[in-house]
Amino acid sequence: MEIFRAIAETNDWYIIAPEISLGILALTILMLDCFFPKLVPAILLIGQAAILGLTIFIFEPLVGSYFSGLIQIGTLSQIMRIFFLLSSILVSYLAYIYFLKQKLPRSEFYVLILIVTGALMLLVESSHFLMLFVALETVTVGLLILVAYCRTSVFSLEAGLKYLILAALSSSLLLFGIVLLYGVGGNPTLPEFTNDAMNFTALGHFIDANPSNLLVKLGIILIISGLAFKIGAFPFQIWIPDVYQGAPTPVTALLAVSSKAAGVVVLINLFNGPFVALQSFFTPFLSATAIITILFGNITAVSQTNVKRLMGLSGISHAGYLILGVVAAFSIQWGNAAVIFYLFTYLLGSFAVFCVMSHMSGVNDADQDLHDYEDLAKNNPILGTTLLVGLGSLAGIPPLVGFIGKLLLFIAAFQAQLYLLLGVAVFGVVISTYYYFGWIRDAFFFVWKDSKDRETEVYHSTKRTPLLTIPDRMVLIIIVLFTLLLGVYQGAIGGLIF
Amino acid sequence: MTHLNPFLLQLSIAFPFVVGLTMFMAGGTKKLSLKCLSFLGFAVPCLIAIWLFFQYQMAEKIDYSYAFFSNLPTGLQQFGISLKLGLNGISLPLYLLAGIVGLAAGLYAINSIAERLHLYLGLLLIMYSGLMGTFASIDVFFFYFFHELALIPTFIMIGIWGGRGRRGTAMELTIYLTLGAMLSLAGLIAIYAVSDIHSFDLITIKNYLAQSPLSYTLQKNIFGLLLFGFGILISLFPFHSWAPKGYTASPTSVAMLHAGVLKKFGLYGLIQIAAPLLPSGLGHWAYLLAILALCNIIIIGLVTMAQRDLKQMVAYSSVMHMGYAFLGIVSASVLGLGGAVLLMFAHGLSVALLFLLGTMVYHRTESYDMNSLGGLSQKAPVLCGFFVAAVFASIGLPGFANFWAEIAIFLGLWQFAPWMLYPAIAGVVISAIYGLRAIANIFFGQPSPQFKERFNQSSIQDISIKEKIPVFILLIALLVVGFWPRSITQPINQTLLDNKVEAILTAQIGVTN
Repeated sequence: MEIFRAIAETNDWYIIAPEISLGILALTILMLDCFFPKLVPAILLIGQAAILGLTIFIFEPLVGSYFSGLIQIGTLSQIMRIFFLLSSILVSYLAYIYFLKQKLPRSEFYVLILIVTGALMLLVESSHFLMLFVALETVTVGLLILVAYCRTSVFSLEAGLKYLILAALSSSLLLFGIVLLYGVGGNPTLPEFTNDAMNFTALGHFIDANPSNLLVKLGIILIISGLAFKIGAFPFQIWIPDVYQGAPTPVTALLAVSSKAAGVVVLINLFNGPFVALQSFFTPFLSATAIITILFGNITAVSQTNVKRLMGLSGISHAGYLILGVVAAFSIQWGNAAVIFYLFTYLLGSFAVFCVMSHMSGVNDADQDLHDYEDLAKNNPILGTTLLVGLGSLAGIPPLVGFIGKLLLFIAAFQAQLYLLLGVAVFGVVISTYYYFGWIRDAFFFVWKDSKDRETEVYHSTKRTPLLTIPDRMVLIIIVLFTLLLGVYQGAIGGLIF
Repeated sequence: MTHLNPFLLQLSIAFPFVVGLTMFMAGGTKKLSLKCLSFLGFAVPCLIAIWLFFQYQMAEKIDYSYAFFSNLPTGLQQFGISLKLGLNGISLPLYLLAGIVGLAAGLYAINSIAERLHLYLGLLLIMYSGLMGTFASIDVFFFYFFHELALIPTFIMIGIWGGRGRRGTAMELTIYLTLGAMLSLAGLIAIYAVSDIHSFDLITIKNYLAQSPLSYTLQKNIFGLLLFGFGILISLFPFHSWAPKGYTASPTSVAMLHAGVLKKFGLYGLIQIAAPLLPSGLGHWAYLLAILALCNIIIIGLVTMAQRDLKQMVAYSSVMHMGYAFLGIVSASVLGLGGAVLLMFAHGLSVALLFLLGTMVYHRTESYDMNSLGGLSQKAPVLCGFFVAAVFASIGLPGFANFWAEIAIFLGLWQFAPWMLYPAIAGVVISAIYGLRAIANIFFGQPSPQFKERFNQSSIQDISIKEKIPVFILLIALLVVGFWPRSITQPINQTLLDNKVEAILTAQIGVTN
């Protein structure tokens, strides 16, 4: 009871104002849905924009521990709040497009997006394993409902089931790791033992004193495994293609961007917090993971023709690059900043592509083939350009922002002397040009076809030529402009992050 | 006026880029206004390049003979990256080359009948802007950045407007060149990472490495990365297979810009960055590089002789002539390096001219197959004259810029390894054989049986005024430098002497051998 009283008496609630506002917004939307269902999208947009404004307004580079050490707010977590909010706004936009094509209840979907976003924020702010686990489970349960949201689709249900089983597995691994650390940390025969081994600070002191304890290492390995599931890193990447394909496109985007980013940031938090003493021990372990992840993602993506699977597998390779950055950051001071910058470039590139995918998808959301993109550039130049810019940025082509992200990671890796890892990453980029540019090729290069073949495809092509309203165009143009401008001039965001 | 020059240098990069972006959005406007706008986009940078070329001697210079210096921060100063622009004697000829070939290719494209012309011209303008930026950058990061900016439009242009096999070729070219670009990027990052000064600024790095050179092993490894990375981009012997295919499938303007200018990026990188920074590395790899360059000359030369397709022949010959530029670099002397720079300039003009004239031949005969042509000079005597001049330039006959370049390279090569001179000169004979045979097969004799029917129709016209302008631009530049080589060799020479390139190279190579 003492703890609860202490929490109630401290007036720290304002520190998680964005998360609380997200919760209030979610409840408001549930209410609105009963009385004015037409207002939901507008209120959702205004609410999220207001929360984004609030988050930027209260931004200050303070590092502080709140709620008896449950939550720690620093520059990184505040930047990630902005990241998750941006992602949430774009996912809501994708969901809006998605619901134009599907006959499904809408408001619950938006509510779940908001709750997952709030939980993701708490996840990257947590400095206590209890908090971390609760936030992580909130994210997982929310995502689970979202993945299986399209009840009429077999693919969606299958994806939901797979996600349920594998998420449960990964959560149990994570929990087992936490328990192991807690158990060994409370062992009174060891130096620096602690009563509160779930607290990052206390655990950090304990691990500092016992870096070579086998149980500590085992616990950390299990925790990393749980996170690797979120990030989509080897050997926990195998769920990605099926789940990404079956999930509704907005959820795929949420999984690919927000969920992955949260996993990476938690990894950074852990390795710069409690696990700092074992950085050098885990360098080869993480490097091997990164190498296999990069190779696996890129090589398997080569043969994909379903674009949702392709995005999933290429996302795996991006997870590899991100882990490369995390490892490089062990010895390079600005390495974590480079990872965060890369996450933002990945956000822009991915959402450019996911926006195009949402517009191009038909009624059957799981069936999106490279084939459908033929002649896209001719039929709809705006979508074509957005796709070009998004894929180019993901592939890391100047002058798009993805190049800067990759360059900074590579410089960090070079300075950290991870030559093998760097070589594999460079090789991975070369492979990735095959499928990214193959997609561009399908969208841009006119294919000669027999006129008979063309006629039989009339149905096909009418279905696949979406009409864009003016707000749609605005969104696409804003994403493209940001990708281009940040590629040439990084002044604003560079100043914020570095 | 002179204080405006740095600004003009920036303008020559920004202007075509902005015009190019405008063209993308100008789909609905009239053809004529599109053409006028894009003409401005092509002409302004070329005029600026010529103006700056003549201003260079008088201009105020900073370290390593850089003139027109300007520095614009872009937000990554913490990593020592900022947009530093300037020209020295090595980059000046290439900057001028990019301007001239860009204008010629642009003029040709404006008059072409490409579908969705606004997109085509827009992409070409962005490529042009990237090329101007590559040679004007002092910052190594932007040197690479602009190269990629120029490379990506080629992918789309080949894919949409290319010839036979365009879809596959575009992919192959892009993947191959990305591999080369990534290897050289790794090399450039390596220089940045090991030099401990956290700067991509070439002047700073040069100053620093002059004080404290890298160890032999580091130089060797980094130079190897750069050599093979750039080597792929330049089509060095075993890595050349993308080039003939790519150029054959490219639309003419793209082939002109790519073979004429973009490919020189790698050589420029070796001369401007790799050789002065990593002299021991050059010493280590020189012999292997020389052998590969001779393979370029002899093996690719023989392959060129075997071609029946005119465009293939020009494409292979452009690969072959890269061998001479490499031979200039391995000799590591002012003479050799200067000759290589001059050859890059001359070859860029002559190969662009050959691609241009080859397409004009095709428009008249609808065939690239040299064995099924003949007698074209009766119908198109002026075109024939231009073609003969272009082939002579490519062979390297006196009167054209190529002659001086090859002479300088041969003299430099003599100091390096005299025996290599024999195969190198044999290469000149090979290029004479295929060049002259092409002229004979296409323009002289009687029309072949397949060609006779088309030949007898009166639709074959001689070269028109519109077509003449780009040809004249290229040919005049070749002739001016051919008769007045000092105009261009003086800045090259001066820069190489100022930089004490020879002293650095011989000292370092001497120590390690």
